[in-house]
Amino acid sequence: MKTIELKTPILEEVIRKLRVGDTIYYTGTLFTARDAAHKRILQHLQNGKKLPFSINGAPLYHCGPLVRQTSTGWTVIAAGPTTSMRMEAYEEDMIKNLGVRLIIGKGGMGEKTVRIMKEFGAVYGTFTGGAAVLASKYVKKVRDVQWLDLGVPEAIWVLEVEKFGPLIICIDSYGNNLYAKVQAEAENNKAKILENPSL
Amino acid sequence: MITNVLIEEVVVNLLRQSVTRLPGDVKTALKKAYNNEKNPIGKTHLKVILENIEMAEKTSTPMCQDTGIISFYLEAGSKFRDLHKIEDVIRKAVRRATKEIPLRPNAVDPFTQKNTADNIGRHIPYIHWKILKGNFLKITAFPKGCGSENMCALRMMTPRDGLKSVKEFIIDRVIEAGGMPCPPTIIGVGIGGGSNIAMELAKQALLKPLDQMNPDERIARFERELCEDVNKTGIGPMGLGGDTTALAVKVEYAHRHPASYPVAVAFQCWAARRATAIIDEKGKIEYITNNL
Ligand code: SF4
Repeated sequence: MKTIELKTPILEEVIRKLRVGDTIYYTGTLFTARDAAHKRILQHLQNGKKLPFSINGAPLYHCGPLVRQTSTGWTVIAAGPTTSMRMEAYEEDMIKNLGVRLIIGKGGMGEKTVRIMKEFGAVYGTFTGGAAVLASKYVKKVRDVQWLDLGVPEAIWVLEVEKFGPLIICIDSYGNNLYAKVQAEAENNKAKILENPSL
Repeated sequence: MITNVLIEEVVVNLLRQSVTRLPGDVKTALKKAYNNEKNPIGKTHLKVILENIEMAEKTSTPMCQDTGIISFYLEAGSKFRDLHKIEDVIRKAVRRATKEIPLRPNAVDPFTQKNTADNIGRHIPYIHWKILKGNFLKITAFPKGCGSENMCALRMMTPRDGLKSVKEFIIDRVIEAGGMPCPPTIIGVGIGGGSNIAMELAKQALLKPLDQMNPDERIARFERELCEDVNKTGIGPMGLGGDTTALAVKVEYAHRHPASYPVAVAFQCWAARRATAIIDEKGKIEYITNNL
């Protein structure tokens, strides 16, 4: 279980060194996307339309931030991760087409994502769910926002972050999934728990 | 004197308090979980949670970006003035709180997918009434995020299934939910009644302070046993393994139909936000949740 610092752009060789249980701190640009944004990104790609923002090796953050608009621009007030599983249907295409190598979220992802991460060389890291004030402290700047018509939480926020973490690697590029492992162990424990005569 | 403006103020204050400061009993339980945690990843998560809570308090910022769907549980004395106006006052307060605190706009039309942008919509905020004798108004604000809400489950069991099946149902939901409801959670269980009653009871169980034992010794024992068993799964903080999966399990029940045995499980994430105040007949306000 090692701790490393990562910067944009995120390269495959660095990602391949990571294993589940490792901790990273990320500095650089990231972009947020939830369900509606994923859908629209993939629609754009399907129709051969250019995206209004560039990704360039930046991580994808499953997050719908709480923001405030001031006279000088936007301030991020709270920006913790959202449940990643809702994006499971889209992530294979996101990774393949956009070259995303680091996804940050909470709660883990499914088989399909685990498979494509192994094939392509990508990892999934989690920031503590709900720790949104702390997360916002790492946001140094709001670089851009697109698709506000989807609503503030669903829009794409391009953020500059510094030493964002601890991000714990839960899915690595070797097919390991820490969530699945913990759940499988819990299934094993269940038999013992239910043996206990209740009341 | 009690005016609509005063009630509105109280509601805005309750929303602010609830999203920026956790009740003392929840904080104590989280600290205890941190001290007891042996899994290093679990411990890291609990540390981050505690730091986050502290920072939210200090800066008076919502502790989580998902300020949820907002519910209010009201207990009103039947003599309290203008009861018919209170729902409008609450809606106005929610609109204001959404801008001022701010709260994330979370009310979306399920047909057009349009977000109303002010947390007001059809049946939202949800308002639950109980009319009692007297002249007072007790308001509990209960904003609840969707990560844990999406894990809620209901099963219409058969009467012969019994409590062991209730336990199995809960354990299965906990394992299946994994890290998604942001554990350590509080688990509300509603047994009996009908489908809606069971879920309503499970939700109301989440409003119980964690340091208050169930007055029914039988149920208190069942709650303790369920909590220990949930923690034996090892799901742990954020579903990545550890000793604390749930801070508490709270059970409520209703009598059931002879041929029916509904069981509802409601998950509450660690960000267990609630705040209560009482307004008396003279307009004196008492904030009773220990949110400090
Ligand atoms: S489940 Fe709770 S703590 Fe987690 S993101 Fe949702 S509201 Fe926040």
